[in-house]
Amino acid sequence: LPSPVAPLKNDLAGEVAAQALWIRRRSFQMVYEAQQGHPGGDFSAADVLAALYFGVMRYDPKNPRDPQRDRFVMSKGHCTGAFYSVLARAGYFPEADLSTYMEPLSKLNGHPNRNYLPGVETNTGPLGHGLPVATGIAIAGQIDNADFRTFVLTGDGELQEGSNWESALTAAHRKLENLTLIVDRNRLQQGARTEETASLDPLDDKWRAFGWHVEVIDGHDHAQLLDVLSASPKGRGKPLCVIANTFKGKGVSFMHDNVSWHHGVPNKEQYEQAMRELV
Amino acid sequence: MSAAAPSKAGMFDCRDSFAATIEALAEADPRIVTVVSDSVGSSKLAGFKEKYPERMVNVGIAEQTLVAVGAGLANGGKVPFVSAASCFITGRAMEQVKADIAYSNVNVKLIGQSSGVAYGELGPTHHSIEDLAWLRLFNNMKLIVPADPWQTAEAIKAAAAYDGPVFVRVSRMPVPALERAEGASFAIGKAETLVEGSDATIIANGTMVHRAVAAAKALAAEGISARVVNMATVNPLDEAAIAAAAETGAIVTVEEHSVRGGLGGAVAEVVISTNPVPMRILGFPGFVPTGSAEWLFDHFGLNVSGIAAAVRQTIARKK
Repeated sequence: LPSPVAPLKNDLAGEVAAQALWIRRRSFQMVYEAQQGHPGGDFSAADVLAALYFGVMRYDPKNPRDPQRDRFVMSKGHCTGAFYSVLARAGYFPEADLSTYMEPLSKLNGHPNRNYLPGVETNTGPLGHGLPVATGIAIAGQIDNADFRTFVLTGDGELQEGSNWESALTAAHRKLENLTLIVDRNRLQQGARTEETASLDPLDDKWRAFGWHVEVIDGHDHAQLLDVLSASPKGRGKPLCVIANTFKGKGVSFMHDNVSWHHGVPNKEQYEQAMRELV
Repeated sequence: MSAAAPSKAGMFDCRDSFAATIEALAEADPRIVTVVSDSVGSSKLAGFKEKYPERMVNVGIAEQTLVAVGAGLANGGKVPFVSAASCFITGRAMEQVKADIAYSNVNVKLIGQSSGVAYGELGPTHHSIEDLAWLRLFNNMKLIVPADPWQTAEAIKAAAAYDGPVFVRVSRMPVPALERAEGASFAIGKAETLVEGSDATIIANGTMVHRAVAAAKALAAEGISARVVNMATVNPLDEAAIAAAAETGAIVTVEEHSVRGGLGGAVAEVVISTNPVPMRILGFPGFVPTGSAEWLFDHFGLNVSGIAAAVRQTIARKK
């Protein structure tokens, strides 16, 4: 695996871009070697994850349970290719461990387990679990008047789970400005487009109606991600929902916006072509 | 943190004991918070709310969020006691209990209120006679079914002191304070023998324990020596107490729960794997007809005469 593009000095968006590229390459290698995974969603989320871990969140991988850490909850727990890659890249565990992805007895289960890996806040996999747990974390911070922020990344199809909307009410009712939801709005769920399955649009209006502050951005634009996610939430009085418009399979021509890559796995030729494109 | 005064004729509502205990614990430990789903009154937590308003989280009628918020609060360093009607905190939020609490292995205490058939005439939607069978599948979750106000207080204290997931089943059915030897103590996973006996053993928990004690006294008058074991912890089981029970040659289990997969099922799994002896499992067969809780106990033989009859029949099956 070649080294990632060297980041430009004093160019945070450039560094995030380089890390996102590394995440895409490394996660695709994981999926290729394991012949399992969810590479389409890994690629749609890669830029959000890179922005959070390399430009926004405060954390110390050597002290992963620091009470004052910013929290990240990976609600779309099936996208462990990208999630494990960013955790390793951030220093939570050795990058070499990524090569054990889904092997027998590996700590890198197909869905994340907090008891196996540092940096995982809660075990996810079934959809609609991340936002409710993140709401509880944010409430703990609110009770303590703590400074840490809680971020949660959901898929968009996942918002069809009712548990999200229970928590949307609770978070808005409690004015959890320390809570940020990022929706990976790639418009594709496992089997089809969201709008052909159970429509979510107008998604921004739904969150506003529930009492949230909403930002709609290009989820592959690193500068926009950094601006919106880094802005101080203090005084907003509302939780923040960032609708990150993305593409499933972003970065590889034959995977781009293609539902078959939800959990498709590459053969040798596809893997090599993807690696030629991911530079 | 003594239990509340008896409601009538020496009978207690264990929810009062839960409430008094959690208030006292919260005074000493600022990490303790309560989480409810519009279940303040039914959990008897009005006093807690008045004393610690900022430490009660009411998510509204939203059980999935109720349980998940408990997991999140634990992540944030709190010791959450998540309290709602047992039928809803388990069945309605089962995947949150599984993934967010048990599989994530977090320090959350789930309090299943008004369990069993306490809601009587309201019917099986509001009964919780499946909860232990469901929860018993989560091997790392401690399951406690206290039998009286003292044991309820001890169970809540033990749950707070233990770092990990615990479910405590709290009844609203009136029960007497059980007679115990001086210096009695409670520990998760340790059964207590309330009546010594050698012809058979009655293993009971929760609201059935005082009935089992009364049945043993009735049997003693006939010359049958029946031991009574209060198996308050269903997970982990006190396997030594079960082995000792098997030595008496006959076991009858009694619970305010389905006969499928609860205390009886748990005891049977141990008995069949170690020292098979005749057993009888008393409880509810499934969805029950309309009736008050007391009527349902009588109708399904969960009373002194029904338990005594089951003991006689099981002794008769000894080889």
